[in-house]
This record gives sequence, C-alpha cells and structure tokens, in this order.
Amino acid sequence: MSTDELIWDVKKDRVLRELKKGKRLDGRKKMESRKVEITPGFLGRAEGSAMVKLGNTRVVAGAKLGIGTPYPDSPEDGVLITSIELSPVASPMFETGPPRGKTVEAARVIDRGIRESNMVKTEELCIEPGEKIWTVFVDIFPMDHDGNIIDASAIAAVAALKNAKIPKYEDEKIIRDEFQGKLPTRDTPVAKTFAKIGDEIVLDPEIYEEKSKDARLTVYINDKDNVCASQKGGSGAFKREEVNKLIKEAVKKAPETRKQIEEL
Amino acid sequence: MAKKTKKLMKKGKRLDGRKPDEMRPIKIKAGYVKRADGSAYIEWGGNKVVASVHGPRTCYPRHERSPYKARIQFKYKLAPFSVDDRANPAPSRRDKEISKVSSEALEKAVFTEYYPKTTIDIYATVIEAAAGTRVAALSAASVALADAGIPMRDLVPACATGKIEDTVVLDLNKDEDQEGQADLPVAYLPHNDEITLMQMDGDLTPEEYEEALDLAVDGCMKVYEEQKRALRERYEHIEQETEEE
Repeated sequence: MSTDELIWDVKKDRVLRELKKGKRLDGRKKMESRKVEITPGFLGRAEGSAMVKLGNTRVVAGAKLGIGTPYPDSPEDGVLITSIELSPVASPMFETGPPRGKTVEAARVIDRGIRESNMVKTEELCIEPGEKIWTVFVDIFPMDHDGNIIDASAIAAVAALKNAKIPKYEDEKIIRDEFQGKLPTRDTPVAKTFAKIGDEIVLDPEIYEEKSKDARLTVYINDKDNVCASQKGGSGAFKREEVNKLIKEAVKKAPETRKQIEEL
Repeated sequence: MAKKTKKLMKKGKRLDGRKPDEMRPIKIKAGYVKRADGSAYIEWGGNKVVASVHGPRTCYPRHERSPYKARIQFKYKLAPFSVDDRANPAPSRRDKEISKVSSEALEKAVFTEYYPKTTIDIYATVIEAAAGTRVAALSAASVALADAGIPMRDLVPACATGKIEDTVVLDLNKDEDQEGQADLPVAYLPHNDEITLMQMDGDLTPEEYEEALDLAVDGCMKVYEEQKRALRERYEHIEQETEEE
C-alpha cells in the first residue's frame, strides 16, 4: 500500500501541475470525454450484450433473463438486477474476494440510473401476477481499467439492455435459442462522471486523474434532460456552485452519448 | 422510483402537518455508550440510531494501514427489527454503499494526518427506521467522533431533501420517501461550505436540483445546531460531575 501510495502521489503532482496550466496528460480539454466505441451483441450466449471502449477503458456487459418471483409490493413487475465484478483481470488494483465498498457502490450507482429512468418496462415482464416474472440480470465485467469504469459500464449496461431479447417460455421451460421479442425499453439514461483534483474538475477521468482525485461526482441524465440519479464519491468535497455547474455540463454532454447508443 | 400514485400534500402542507421546509423533531445525545471512546444517540422523526467510535487504534488488516493518515471506517447497519420486514443481519449491498460514502463524508472533517497507521472506526446501528436513516446515522457519527475527543475541522451534519407532488421538501418521512418523486441525501461541512456526501435518485430538473441542494444545506444547518447543543450538554454534565467530586 505505502509504495503504491508514494507512486500515485508523484503522479498526482504531475496531473495537478498540468491541470493548473489548463492541460490534461492526454491532451484533452477539461470537459472533453474520451472517444466511445460500442459493439452491440458482442456475446453469443447472453440475451443482450455490448462491448464498450471509452478511450482505453474496456467493459463488456451481458444481460441474462431468468424466471423469478416478483417482490410482494409489485406483484406484476419484472425485476432488474445490476452487478459488476471488478476483477484483477482489468487492473492490479482490483482484488478477488467478496464485493467491497467500491464494487458495490459502482453497481448500485449504475443500477439506480437505469432503474430511476424507468428504462426497462418492468410492467411488461409479468408472466403470472404474484407468481412468475422475468428477472433481468445485467452483469458488467470491466476488462481493462484505464479510468472511469462507471461511465463505460453505464453505456455497456444500457446498450446490452437495448439489444436484449426475451426467450420463449413454454411448459415452464425457457427455450434459450428462440425468442418471443425484444426486451421492452423506453429511456436511454446516460452517466457523466467528473473528478475533482485539487480545485480543478475534469470530465471522464483517465486512470491517473482518477487515482489523483479528491472527489468524484456521477450524474445520471434521463431523456427529459433531468437528473435521475447522482452520487458523490471520494474523501474530498464539492462546493454547491460546482455541483450546479457540473449538472448543467452533464445535461449538455449526455445527448451525444445517448444518440450514439440509440443509433446502434 | 418516480411515481405519483399517492396523495402526499394537502393545502400546501404535508400529510404529517409539516410545511415543505420543515424538519421532523430531532434530538441528539452525546456520550451514550460508556465503553466506547465516543458515542452518540439520535432520535429524528421515527428514526433511532446509536453510534460508537473506537480509536484511533491499530489498523488491521495491515494493507489498509496508511503511513500518512488514519483510516476512517464508518459502518452503517440496519438492525433486523428496525424495519417492517425483518432485515437480514448480514451487511446488504445498500449497507456497504452507505458505509463507503459516509466514511468518505466524514474523512474530510477529521485531522486524519495526526494519527498515521491507525484506524478510527465508527459503528452506527439503526434500531428503528423511518426514512432518512443514513443522514441520521451520519449526523450521530460526527457527534460521536467529537465526543471521543478526536481533532476535527468541524462536525458533519447531514439531511435529506426530496420532491413530492412536484414540490421540493425537506426531510422526507416514510411515505414521502416511498411514494415521492426524488430523494437527495446530503452531508455538509459548514466550516468549508462544502458538500461531503450527496446521493440522489428520482427525477429532478437542474433547477429543482439546485433548489433541493440549497434546502438540504439549510436542513444541515438545523442539524448542526442540535449537534452543537448535544455536545454542549455533554460537556456541562461532565463539568458538574467534576465539581461534585
């Protein structure tokens, strides 16, 4: 831990020194995101999938459908479950073992954005009221962590849900290679994550910026250009003016990403 | 979830009779657990939370030790009997997330650099829940830290706002939390005028977000007064005891 911390401290000095001159290590402007590449339907065995590259950060998401029982307070609604595995495959910073704070937070932030935007029409996923519903699992697997796993995962999860199909269900059995139709969806929620390093704020932090950050803000924007979820992370803090400014910035930047997902 | 099924306001007032910017009654007691280094108990609306601080003490596991600063570890927990359907005593994903962001929210307030290689553990257990448990637990936590005599820049009051029937309101109750359109829990560092915890779900326009954030900070300042009152009360009590001796 201590040697790692020393290395990151040295990097942080450099990141901050450049930022004060208005520069980022990779030449981007402060409010410029890295290029997004989306490959829909990347996986063959998942009902929906997508591979996303955000700069050098690479994430794959797969949607699987299964039969479940509804929650007692919503007997006619399907269930959506989002999880993420931060595996050492993607970075030496990740460890194996049961999910800890960081992993759980990432999964829950992405889950909230998708859920609160009402993207998946869960009301159309009922098979037998109070008894049987479709459960949609979205599992996210970062394969290369070069910063901002959250935004990349958010795109991958939404893209996977957008191309997911519902398998046929006959005689209490799921027929995996035949489909009854597309997974019903409406909104396309988009996450925008900012990192605050010293007094500087950047959009879409790459790995050095992310490790140098004092605080992080993720803002989820729905189709109405409203905020449907947000989350501050990191031990630093934000001024109110900064929060308000970043929300407007997220509203401004979301449509481009949304368009890219919807045009797939 | 952004639903609008239930009526939550009547003639500009909320169903429990509060005005939109009115908080539920709050009471904090500093120094509640004798065997903890510091502690606090909070009753806020229908919430009851007890928080204990242990430390600074040696940090285990070793790899989480920092040569520069103390680790701040806040653990939030819902007691099994605190909610309608019994909560599983094992930490849920929700507990883990709240614990993480709350630890971070407290870290900025503590002079962690004074205690390298140690951990300062704060355990907060909700024994009765009625919406806003995370902000109640967090508000109790910094009082417990102060009660432990840990050097701090400031207390960290926390408060939630939300939206019901298209109106931004302070401190959601249980029905408003479940049936409302948005929820925005916030923790605030008054000394720095900075936000150290912020989560949100629901549906808010950028303008509503700004309004809700300002109202949350106003709420935090009310909590802050109660936190200071609780600590003053605790100190007076000790002063009295010394005089008696």
